[in-house]
Formats: sequence, C-alpha cells, structure tokens
Amino acid sequence: MSTGMGLASAGSAPGSGKAMLDLAGINAGYGAFQALFGVSMRVEAGEAVAVIGANGAGKTTLLRVISGLIPATAGSMTMEGTDLRRTAPHRIVETGIAHVPESRRLFPRLSVEDNLRMGAFIKPARARYAERLEYVYELFPRLKERRAQLAGTMSGGEQQMCAIGRALMSGPKLILLDEPSMGLAPVIVAQVFDLVRRIRSEGYTVLIVEQNVAQVLKVVDRAYLIEVGRIEKSGTAAELAASDDIQKAYMGI
Amino acid sequence: MSAPRFNPGYVIGLALMIAFPFIVTTFFPSSQKYYLHLAIQILLWAFIYTGWSLMGRFGLTSLGHGAFTGIGAYITVLLWNQTGLTPLIGIPVAVVTAALLGLLVGYPCFRQRITGHYFALVTLALTEFVRLVIVGMRDLTGGSLGTQPQRYGDGISIYAVQFEPDRMLAYYVALVMWVIGLYIWWRVDRSMDRFALDAASQDEDAAQSVGIDVTREKLKITALSAGMCAFGGAMFGQYQMYIGPDTIAGLSVSLNMVFAVIAGGMYVMLGPTFGAFFTQMLAETLRVAIQSSAWLKSTLGSSALALDSAIYGLLLILFIIYMPKGILGTAIDWWEKRKSR
Amino acid sequence: MDCALDIFFLEAVLNGLLLAGLLALLALGLNLIFGVIDVVWICYAELVMVGMYAIFHFHKTAGMPLVLAIPLAILAIAFAGILLHTLIIRPVLDSAPINQLLVTGGVLFLLQAVATMAFGVEFKNIGLQLGSLPVGEMRFSWNRILTFLVALAAMLALWQFLRRTYIGTAIRAISQDRQIMPLMGVDSKQVYLITSAIGGGLAGLAASLMVLQFDIYPQIGLQFGPLTFMICVLGGLGNMVGGFIAAFIIAQFITIGGSCFATEWGYAIAFLFFMVMIFWRPQGLFGGKA
Repeated sequence: MSTGMGLASAGSAPGSGKAMLDLAGINAGYGAFQALFGVSMRVEAGEAVAVIGANGAGKTTLLRVISGLIPATAGSMTMEGTDLRRTAPHRIVETGIAHVPESRRLFPRLSVEDNLRMGAFIKPARARYAERLEYVYELFPRLKERRAQLAGTMSGGEQQMCAIGRALMSGPKLILLDEPSMGLAPVIVAQVFDLVRRIRSEGYTVLIVEQNVAQVLKVVDRAYLIEVGRIEKSGTAAELAASDDIQKAYMGI
Repeated sequence: MSAPRFNPGYVIGLALMIAFPFIVTTFFPSSQKYYLHLAIQILLWAFIYTGWSLMGRFGLTSLGHGAFTGIGAYITVLLWNQTGLTPLIGIPVAVVTAALLGLLVGYPCFRQRITGHYFALVTLALTEFVRLVIVGMRDLTGGSLGTQPQRYGDGISIYAVQFEPDRMLAYYVALVMWVIGLYIWWRVDRSMDRFALDAASQDEDAAQSVGIDVTREKLKITALSAGMCAFGGAMFGQYQMYIGPDTIAGLSVSLNMVFAVIAGGMYVMLGPTFGAFFTQMLAETLRVAIQSSAWLKSTLGSSALALDSAIYGLLLILFIIYMPKGILGTAIDWWEKRKSR
Repeated sequence: MDCALDIFFLEAVLNGLLLAGLLALLALGLNLIFGVIDVVWICYAELVMVGMYAIFHFHKTAGMPLVLAIPLAILAIAFAGILLHTLIIRPVLDSAPINQLLVTGGVLFLLQAVATMAFGVEFKNIGLQLGSLPVGEMRFSWNRILTFLVALAAMLALWQFLRRTYIGTAIRAISQDRQIMPLMGVDSKQVYLITSAIGGGLAGLAASLMVLQFDIYPQIGLQFGPLTFMICVLGGLGNMVGGFIAAFIIAQFITIGGSCFATEWGYAIAFLFFMVMIFWRPQGLFGGKA
C-alpha cells in the first residue's frame, strides 16, 4: 500500500535546508517571445508547492522548462544537485522528475495499460515494471478495471487518473502537475484534488501549477504567485490564501 | 498584385515572344524547326502545368493529373480515328469528360475531408486506373504502343485541328494557348474563390464557419484544372501527332508536372511556365551533351536517358528541403527583400 | 471474357491467396513507416528494387551463396532506411506531410535513374526455380507458398514486437503525440531511426522473396509501388492484419481479373475498388479513425 515510494534521499529531507528542486534566475521563452524573467524558486523534499497565476502568466512554460520540453536561456536549475540545463530532455525523467502535462496528453489510441507501460520506459523503471504496475492499480483501481480500454475513450477524470498513474510508473521523486483541474467538471475537479492529496500521502514531492487558486491552496504547503513571467509573491499556502490582493484578483472575493 | 497587362515588363516580354519565330528564322535559319519545336513543347507543357498549379497552390497536390491529360488526348484522337468526329467537337467533349471525372472523384474526397498526402494517394490511384484502362482497351488505343490521329490531307487543317507541319503556325497556336492559360491563372488569383480556397487550405473548419462552401470551391477549381489539362493534353496530341499511355498519361507525366511546378514556383503566375522551361531545357541540354560526348555515351550507353531523371530526382529533393517556393518564387522573394531594404 | 467456374478458376483464386502473401509482405514494411509512425516513403518500392539488385549482384556477380547474400541485402536496405530518414525525411519532418511525399518522390526518380545507369534496362533474373506443388489438376509454385509463409511469420513477429516490447509501444505512441515522448524518457530521434531500419529491413525481406519469382528491372517499383500504398490505406493504416486482408482482396481482383480478362483489367478493377472503398470508408476497411 502506502510504501512511501516517493520518499527522497536523505540529502534533501524536509527541513534539511537543501532543496530538491532549485531554480535561480531562469529565463525562457518561445523564439523571440520571452515568457519567464529571472524566475527563482525551490521545492524541498516531501513538500507540495503550488505556482498560481492567471492564464498566460508563464505557469505552464515553467513546468516545461523544468522537464526539458523548452530550453532555458539563462539561470540555473538543479534537481538534487544534478544540473538540469545540462541534461538532455529525454533524460530528465531519470533524475526523478515526472511531468503530467497540461490536458493530460495521454496516447489516445493506446490502451490504459500501454500508456502506463510507456511511463515505465526508462531502464530502472522497466526492471520494476510488474511491481510498479500493481502499485498503480492498487492506488487507482478504476484504471485496473479499464486496463484494456483505449485511453482516448475515457472520461476527463479517468484520463487524469491515468496520466498521473503514467507519471508514477517511472518511480519519480518529484511530480509536476500541470493544471490538473483544467477542462474538468466541478465534481471531477474535487476528485482530482483528492488524487493530489493521495499522492502527497504516498510520499511524493509535488509541484503543481493551477488556475484554480482556491482549491489548490488547500492541498499545498507553499505557493508562488507568478505574473507576466515573474515571481511576484511567495509564502505559505495560508499566507497567500489570506492575502487581500490574491483574494481579490484570483479568488473573486 | 497589379494587373499584368499594365506592367511594361510583361508587354515587352509578350512582344518578344510574338516576334520569336522571326528572330529565330533570321539568326538560325537552318535550325528554325528545331528551336520552334522546343518553344512549342515548352509553351504546351507550360499551359498544362499552369492548369495543375491551380489546384497545387491551394494545397490540393494531385499526383493524378496525368489522367486528365491522357483523357484529353485519347478521347480526341479516338473520336477522330474511330468515328471521324472533328476535334473541334471532340476536344470540348474530352475537356468536359475530364472535368466531370475530376468532379466525380473530387466530390467524395472533399466531402470526406481527404486532403494532403491522402488526397495525393487517391489521385495516384486515379492516374493508374486511367492508364490501365487505356492499355487494357488495346484494340482501340493501341495499348502500350500508343496511337496516332489520322493525318487529314496535308496535315494542316482547322477541321481536323492539325497544324504540325507548319511550325510557325503551331508556335502561334501554342502561344495563344499559353497566354489564355496565364489569363485563367490571373483571373483565379484575383477572384473571391482564391481567398476562399486559401482560407480553406489553412483551416477548413474556420473557413466553413465563415460561410465558405469549401466543397463547392474545391470542386470548381478541380473542374477548371482538369479541363485545362485535358485541353493541353489534347492539343499536345494534335501537335505531336502521336499519343502514348506513358507520354501523355500515367504516373511519370503526373510526377513531371509536380516537379516542374515545384521547381518553377507554385504560387507565382509564371512559376509553372518557368518550370516547363527549366525541365525542357534541362532534358535538351542533357540530350545534346550526351550526343556530343563520346565519353558520356560510352559510360552510360542507352541508359544515358536516365541521367535527366536522376537530376530531376536530386533537384526535387533539394528544392523541397531548401527552396520550397521554387526557383522563380525564391528569386522573387529575394528581389522583394532587396527592394525593401 | 473466357471465364468458367472450373478448376482453373479455383486455381486462380488460390493463386490469389498466395499472391496476397507477397503483397501483404510488401505492405508490412510500408505499414510500419506510413501506418504506424506516419511518415511517407513514396519510394518504398524502389527500396525493394534496390534490394533485389543487391541480392542479384551479391549472388551472381560476387558469387556469394544465397544464404549469405540475402541477409546481407536485408541489412543493406535496413541501413538505406536509416539514411533515407536521416538525410531526406528529417529536414522536412516538421513541415506538411505532402513534402515528405514529394521529397521521397525525388528519391524515387533518383533510385530508378541510378539503377538504370548502373545496371541497364535489360531484365535480370536470379534463375532459381523451386518448382511447383501439384494439387489435383492445379499447380502452385513453391516460391509463392514460401512467400506466403514468410509473410505470415513476419507479420506475427512484427505484431508481437509492437505490442509487447517497450520500443514497440514507443513506436506506436510516437505518431499519436510526438511532443511528450521526452517526458517518458524516449529519444524520438532514436525511435524514428529504429523504425526506419526495421521498415528498410522488411523491404529487404520482401526483395529476397520477390527476387525468386520475378525478373529485375529498374522500373519494377512502378508495378507494385502504388498498389502497396493502396493496400496499406485500404487495410487501415497501422493495422497489420487489416493489411493482410486488404492484400487478399486486391490479389483476388488481380488474379481473377487477369485470368478472365487481360492483366491490365485486373489491376484496373483493383484500383477502382480502392477508390470506391476510400470514398465509402476513408479510414480503410479496418481502420480506427480517419
């Protein structure tokens, strides 16, 4: 069951002061368009951290830079000491980072199980495939029921479950969640945030990017506010939730 | 884009082309027939390629237009040879048949949103089908050996639409055709249909939602393109006084069309013409070079003919990778950039 | 029309089945490239042609025994597949797919021309006759039976490879969402290269069986190239079993049409059938979504 498969190595245990994921002065963009300006942030082992902000503020870009889909043009990024900027994009998952992309991005014409298999593509994960598959199925019994179903035919909430399961198959330490509630009905959104709580309790470190500020601040420890590509505010979830500006601008209060 | 008629460059160019046979006769009296023959070939193929580009420029890349040129040629010749029907009627019949075939095949394609390389494959099937039918009806068509329209009298006649012995006459016929072809291109370019098709080639759904009947627009341009190519094919047959399933129909004809227009420039009025000029001159130059070089002849032997194919292939690869707008298109771009500096 | 429902008709039908084996084998490699990873190699038949010439020259000119010549040729064409992808496809991979068709069209011209210049236009034959199997009054060539069995085996092997291995799954995944492959630790470049090598290898395999049955000449690709594409699309892109069935249907048109009428009509009807079917079901008889 909850075997704490997500616990980080001792070097970056909570409270040790050493961050698991550390970004300093990151610039990034798309061609001539710069989307991130000097972004600095850190995530410590065992934490759940949120990055909140409006549409187009740069939240998704931030996750893509971390997981290597987009190159950073300046600054430094490390994961447990490994320099991410010098790691080839397809090798970043080996450092222990798993990215659950925006809109799930499952392989629609592959079965649920094939999608999960793809998550275990890297060599260390392959060796433990059977074990991890059982783990994911125990965590998400619905996926086991639908293991042979084509991923594209499932509902939004089920797809989200499958996308998270796929990320778990690689045996990660840090999970990047990109707007998990986007495009889902409110009832399903609540289920998704329950999933996030579930993952936390399994011991995984979580970095979650969200537009749904009210809900996400309830499941994380700390949060950063990003506006037009810059970090404008940071603090504990309670602090940000109580802040007037955030309440007015992002929570409609 | 300014009207070509009012651009002095075009007027001078046209004047030169009208004067061309006389220039040739004056300076190269002995090879007059040869140079005129080259020019006629270029003009006829330029007409056909221009017809193909009407579809190609809107993302409807067809590998099957050999079917239309073939139908144009074969229906005209067969009606003349078998029933004595004058090509004055036979050619329009062939043109309409080709246009109808284009509509028949186009309609399900466009309704089903078959585009891009899937569309190309369907047209591939079409051209093969037509070629196979031509060869299969060998009693009528002469099979893979081809056939000839029966010569009427001395070979020059309006009734039989024959003009091959008089190269000057043939040249002017081809010139008029070519100008008409450019005119058609120009009219399409300025029409509302052009914008509709441009929009459709970028985003069909968006175009549809703005009220453009995408299927109808595509069918119109298909009928026009097919008809033009059929007309070109028919006239080519009348000039060559010979038609064959591989010279005026089939896959190689189709692929040559694609290559020539890509090399010349698909989005520019004179692009297909330049493509025709380029491919014909390339073939001629190679032929002459091989004839006059004993070394080349001995190394390559009979397969020397394949050399131009090899060069086409290489050029096509290079063009697609480095110059997708073709020679003329890229040159025009470069010229525009220089002007705006 | 000289077609009676007699023993020769049955022979034609069964020969059609065997021809289907050959067509299915040809379609298998193309289905992997075109159907699974969604890359257009219009020159696929020309790769087979080169494979045939390779076997001929390794065996006849260099004197290698066939058991050596054939695997060597398969490796050579597998390598050709890699070259084709690296030099020709990669530069245009991100632009419209029609460009892939056109650029490999250039390769088609080039390969045919080079083959003509290098080997001449005369037909060549490896001269190996395996004889035929008599069944009652009918005779079936061992060549064709062998081809059929090899096609079946290759199809099963490829199917298992795609379904059961990690790289096979990645190959199936890459055409569905190329961008997120790095997130799973997959190097897209590698996947394309491996698939291109396998596609080339299958072309080489088809060549080795064709060389036993047919004369070799530079334009031979034009005979079965378009047909192979039709079969892939008809069977539903990426569907190996669908491809086999489509091959069977097409083969029946060809053999029955060919024995009742002239050869061309069989092919003509096959192409007509293809067009009608695509209009009716654009995703192919057994395809998923269009």
